[in-house]
Amino acid sequence: MELIFEKSRPGRIGVVFPEKDVPVTCVLETKYKRNATAELPSVSEPEVVRHFTKLSKMNFGVDSNFYPLGSCTMKYNPKFTEKIAQIEDFTALHPLSPQLVRGSMLTQGALEIISNLEGALCEITGMDAFTTQPMAGAHGELAGVMLIAAYHKQKGNNKKCILIPDSGHGTNPASAAIAGYIVKSIPSDAKGVMDLNKFKHALNDDVAGVMLTCPNTLGIFNPHIKEITDLTHSSGGLMYYDGANLNAILGKVRPGDLGFDVVHINLHKTFATPHGGGGPGAGPVGVKKELIPFLPVPRVIKRNDGTFALDFEEELSIGYISPFYGNFGVMLKAYAYILVLGKQGLIDVSENAVLNANYLKYYLSKYYDVPYGENCLHEFVLSGEKQAKKGVHAIDIAKALIDKGIHPPTVYFPLIVKEAMMIEPTETESKETLDEFISVMAEISRLAEETPEIFKTFPKTTPVGRLDEVKAARDMNISG
Amino acid sequence: MVPQELKYTKEHEWVRVENGEAVIGITDHAQSELGDITFVELPQKDTEIKKTEALSTIESVKAASEVYAPLSGKITEVNEMLNEKPEIINESPYTKGWICRIHTADISEVNTLLSATDYEIYLKENE
Repeated sequence: MELIFEKSRPGRIGVVFPEKDVPVTCVLETKYKRNATAELPSVSEPEVVRHFTKLSKMNFGVDSNFYPLGSCTMKYNPKFTEKIAQIEDFTALHPLSPQLVRGSMLTQGALEIISNLEGALCEITGMDAFTTQPMAGAHGELAGVMLIAAYHKQKGNNKKCILIPDSGHGTNPASAAIAGYIVKSIPSDAKGVMDLNKFKHALNDDVAGVMLTCPNTLGIFNPHIKEITDLTHSSGGLMYYDGANLNAILGKVRPGDLGFDVVHINLHKTFATPHGGGGPGAGPVGVKKELIPFLPVPRVIKRNDGTFALDFEEELSIGYISPFYGNFGVMLKAYAYILVLGKQGLIDVSENAVLNANYLKYYLSKYYDVPYGENCLHEFVLSGEKQAKKGVHAIDIAKALIDKGIHPPTVYFPLIVKEAMMIEPTETESKETLDEFISVMAEISRLAEETPEIFKTFPKTTPVGRLDEVKAARDMNISG
Repeated sequence: MVPQELKYTKEHEWVRVENGEAVIGITDHAQSELGDITFVELPQKDTEIKKTEALSTIESVKAASEVYAPLSGKITEVNEMLNEKPEIINESPYTKGWICRIHTADISEVNTLLSATDYEIYLKENE
């Protein structure tokens, strides 16, 4: 497809300006002026419209295709929440308004929504307070680990390590390291959960906290969870719950009840707001009451008279972690989603997400290895080892899926599974879609057996074919 | 494909003793598991490193993976070639693709590492 600049023809324009009938003076100083005219494409209006319409048709998203990208919870995002986020009373609200003198009275509705969302998240997770400020999951992780650090600092504890199982989310070690901790990775056992003995061996006075993704990236809920949280607490550490996989346990079990002290949630995953190129995320962080004083400022508080205000005065707070109060549009959509679904609706979400994953796993295990996860929750990991012996690797299977109009699963993660393909169908897919996926995966497995060589030619149906990922990484050239 | 004269770790690093110093790299098995290597974050020359600490990070198209120090000591030289051509680890893991040299207080410490035979058995067990 041509770039819009390549469509450009000298003199062609899309807008006819009226004759100039007033004197024009430029008040800009010379140093601020361009030396040459800006290079803009000279194109007509229909050319512009066709160009961008074509581009939009190349978009691959959950609105057009099945998107079983493991760990990312690419569920369908209902459109009513978009309508709510587009109400002008919200979109026209200036983020500084609540900070004006008496400004909070002009923004009671918005502050109430933040406060109510925090309350709903507390109820869902069993925590005592939330901050909605973090703007993504990993941002939430960083904020959460900073809270752990602030807690220990205030107690006078000098703890240097964070323990993270190798089946946790890939961002956990980075978040802990950026917050200043030494990361110790704990291997998984034969069942795919953190090895309890190795964990006990690694746990000592130096451990500030343990970060657990639960269910983990293999879709497995850790059966020793209570023992792990109890042991960590008794050695003076805190428990961090990576809530990226919360979609598996809504209304079934609450991290707060299991002994977790800090939790982050991905509103854009569990609570159905667009992400992955479709929109920004939000990674609210919840804490138990001992950690409330350390939450970032400002906090939304409810005054005794029932009105809401922003509180900037928290002596022990870790301070500002994002501009203003987080991604408000995302909060609106998530809050609307929670209200419309209600308690039973959220329980149904998790039950169907788990059912769909188990349905796929059962049928796909006829064609692919499933090294872990006898009882998976919302996602599972296939291994392409059988196919790799024929020269067809996970990346080749991913490319073949693209040609079938299906977004590939997450490949090569978690690292503990060879030729890993992490599949998360989510609750919003019909049985027909799941059956179609099973038949496509069966067909790919048959092709791998019979004609492995053709995989190198996939994908064939995309605007560009197989990309040279090695060259792209080694000889990065982004200047064009 | 496991050179007999080298020592190994369970984390798939190899060590060659050369002029009383330890030369470190990753094994052929490790490079093949990683796939096409796209970037190597080299350690700083003249820094002290403790056994099992992260020495370097290797990025491939599949993953980023840490290389751990098989021995404690001071890093005396790093393989600058890897900045330009990280793929030499894929092409020549045991020779051109070395990562760094470590001066250790006691070079006989290498004898605590796995022999080629032990490493081969370890690989077979974990296949």
